[in-house]
Amino acid sequence: MSLLSRRVELARAAAFAFLATLLWPSTALAHTRGGEASGFLAGLSHPVSGLDHVLAMIAVGLWGAQLGPPAVWLLPVTFPMVMAFGGTLGLLGVKIPGIEIGIALSAIGLGAAVLFEARPKLAIAAVLVGFFAIFHGHAHGTELPAGGNGVLYSIGFVIATGLLHLTGIGIGLIHRWPAGRMALRWAGAAVALAGLSFLWRALT
Amino acid sequence: MFLAHLMNTGLGPFYDGLAHLLVTPEDLLPVLALALLSGLRGPRFGRVALFTLPLAWLTGSAIGRLFSPHWAWPVLSAVLTLALGALVAADRPLPVGAIAALAIALGLWNGSWNGIELARARAGALGTGLGVACAIFAVVAIVAALVATVRAPWARIAVRVGGSWIAAAALFMLGWALRPA
Repeated sequence: MSLLSRRVELARAAAFAFLATLLWPSTALAHTRGGEASGFLAGLSHPVSGLDHVLAMIAVGLWGAQLGPPAVWLLPVTFPMVMAFGGTLGLLGVKIPGIEIGIALSAIGLGAAVLFEARPKLAIAAVLVGFFAIFHGHAHGTELPAGGNGVLYSIGFVIATGLLHLTGIGIGLIHRWPAGRMALRWAGAAVALAGLSFLWRALT
Repeated sequence: MFLAHLMNTGLGPFYDGLAHLLVTPEDLLPVLALALLSGLRGPRFGRVALFTLPLAWLTGSAIGRLFSPHWAWPVLSAVLTLALGALVAADRPLPVGAIAALAIALGLWNGSWNGIELARARAGALGTGLGVACAIFAVVAIVAALVATVRAPWARIAVRVGGSWIAAAALFMLGWALRPA
């Protein structure tokens, strides 16, 4: 792709983002119904309120960046969708045992995948990420407050989750350099170690 | 029963309708999803959605105003949004008739839902309805046109990721709608 066409595409993307900002309900806060802004902001802040969730979601992005296309976008698409399914189960009061253990195992598993640069088949990687996402979604779903604006909360929640994945992918871009590749593996080790501490906490 | 909310801008019914979509995400999300979907398929599909959706919405709002049907609005609205978001994420070829059918289904459904609220408003219902239809037309025109012109593979993937986010938000909406009191 030529530099000019790339610039045109970037300009289009910027215009699209600008349009999305204009369309966003928070731009008309003066007219919002009660609870809308708090619903969106609460949803946006919820996924970043726990280190276990943050590390797992960033690790999904790191692993995707290591695996390259199409995993780099397929894994971050899989996680929010399956997480939302888990969240729905939580909202409906469906019991899943060992949620905290599952969340801890997700940090260990995803951290280990980054540490060892695991390269399973794409379907297996997606199933693994989706499996872990159910635990995160269910935990969030059961924590959601009654009342408020569920739609805006949900949108904020999904956007925050997606942005955490994008953060992981952004960090994972260092994978193209030898030193960056090593740093990424160390980051995976740190996530796995944090997961072990979460597991210890969940079991004691 | 949970109903669509109509806002009051203080500028009259038409502007109330025009602004409605911007502050009602449950109505905006499926419209955005349909615009993304039709844009991904190309300009011809975008044109079909552009004209079919507002007309279907106006027809639906008339049905809602006249008959005020009592259906499970939030659940089916979430399911429709989920389906549209998933179709964007999947990016599979669809016939132009399928886009038209989806636009008609969404317009009738969303319009009927809002038509019940318009019936309660009584004064200025037609102006408000026209305002909403114009807002839908504008959103579909801008978003579908932008998406139809993207050529770079990464930009197309970004649109598909956007569709998956809409589907994920719709799944949560479904959970909220079905959540036991």
